[in-house]
Amino acid sequence: MTDNPTGARDAGYDDFLDAVETGEPYYLACPEGHGWLPPRTVCPDCGSADLSEESLPGAGEVETYTVAHVAAPSFADDAPYVTAITRFGPVRVTGLLRGVAPDDVERGLAVELAVGASETTGRRLLALDPR
Amino acid sequence: MTGVRVAGVGLTEFGESPERTGRELFGTAADRAFGDAGVPRDDVESLRYGNFMGELSERQGHQGPLMAETAGVRAPATRYESACASSAAALRSAVRDVRHGEEDVVLVGGAERMTNLGTAGATEALAIAADELWEVRAGMTFPGAYALMAQAYFAAYGGDREDLAAIAVKNHEHALDNELAQYQRSITVDDVLDAPPVAEPLGLYDSCPISDGASALVLVSEEYAAEHGVDAPVAVTGSGQGGDGMALQDREHLARTPAADEAAAAAYDDAGVGPDDVDFAEVHDCFTIAEALALESLDLYEVGEAIGAARRGETTRDGDLPVNLSGGLKAKGHPVGATGVSQVAEATQLLRGDHVNSDAVADAEVGVAHNAGGTVASCIVHILEVAA
Repeated sequence: MTDNPTGARDAGYDDFLDAVETGEPYYLACPEGHGWLPPRTVCPDCGSADLSEESLPGAGEVETYTVAHVAAPSFADDAPYVTAITRFGPVRVTGLLRGVAPDDVERGLAVELAVGASETTGRRLLALDPR
Repeated sequence: MTGVRVAGVGLTEFGESPERTGRELFGTAADRAFGDAGVPRDDVESLRYGNFMGELSERQGHQGPLMAETAGVRAPATRYESACASSAAALRSAVRDVRHGEEDVVLVGGAERMTNLGTAGATEALAIAADELWEVRAGMTFPGAYALMAQAYFAAYGGDREDLAAIAVKNHEHALDNELAQYQRSITVDDVLDAPPVAEPLGLYDSCPISDGASALVLVSEEYAAEHGVDAPVAVTGSGQGGDGMALQDREHLARTPAADEAAAAAYDDAGVGPDDVDFAEVHDCFTIAEALALESLDLYEVGEAIGAARRGETTRDGDLPVNLSGGLKAKGHPVGATGVSQVAEATQLLRGDHVNSDAVADAEVGVAHNAGGTVASCIVHILEVAA
């Protein structure tokens, strides 16, 4: 399936969500040790095309977050919601944080990846659940 | 290489004018710039034009030639798109070509029409400057992105909502007499703190408005100015650009803007001046936190120090380093494609002494303009100086 409104399949992104659903999320690593989420054909830091798929750690933690009150139309029914940037080992992941009251979110909160859906559009999205 | 002079500046009022088209807005700005410059339209060798969301707001691409016609200029015309740094990108390309003798007279500007989209539509349109896969699909908006940076800044360096509020209050004060500004009214720290939340910790008054407007400059080479007796006392002496990863999550720093560091260092080096020489700055304060990030990248403050600058009174019109004497994006308004050139237009007027706030920087010789695209994945900095 694809979640791209243009009809194209976003290979890296859709594959990543599929991998989260099957419990086997991964990241791309270059020989220099830089880690990235897909899609990448080269490492943006060092230009290496020698990228390997590595298992993403199961646990991450919140580095920064915001409670969004004013949403774009595609998230109108979701607001207010929490967007967080989290650290999973060598990569950061941005996602919609679920299952925590906005007032209870704090930096360092332990989370794991999940696949959710926008309440507004029903489209799949990358979610974060407390671990 | 030759020097580059600003012969004329032209701005429309920034604000809500959904009934005015982009071409009408830019036509007005260009007409004012030609009137200010006293340079004939026939001498223009190119138009460099910044615009970000024309396809969404006006169903109009290929705006370069359209805007050349609007401005009454028969010359090659190109649109530059670099999100909210679109017209600074247009300016940078013009500066480099004039310097190298490719052209002597260039019309540079930008326009954006946004309010006809409504708040929701404009929020969605602005979001396309973020990474569609890894940010927008997770619900990130632009206020949300800057809120993430603000939280990261507070955690790394300290600061609080009252520090941010002081930035908004200051910029509103600066816009009081700027008749082209969207807001010409004072606000208080309490107004900012009590405003409805947009993306915590940012509220409505931490955010720049959605705006319509246009800006234009007539740039000329030093030789052209001399030969034609053009009164153009302000020179663009430095230009620098920096870049960073598109998505915040891929950046080395969440509380710093390395693309702006790079742009500022390049611009200072290009001009042969340093941060200590700067008399005032016009910076990209799309959200209050952005002003603090900009001042640190411009090396006008140490990292972690700029958050309190407005609260301490250092960047107010009476302070040692006035910042955003135009009112900034916060109070002047932010029609995104017009913003970069509007900053340079305001800086030029401040240096010429014909800006409404020129008395705050009466002896100023060096001004800096900082224009950021997206969450500062792009940044362009220009240095303006009174020519010797």
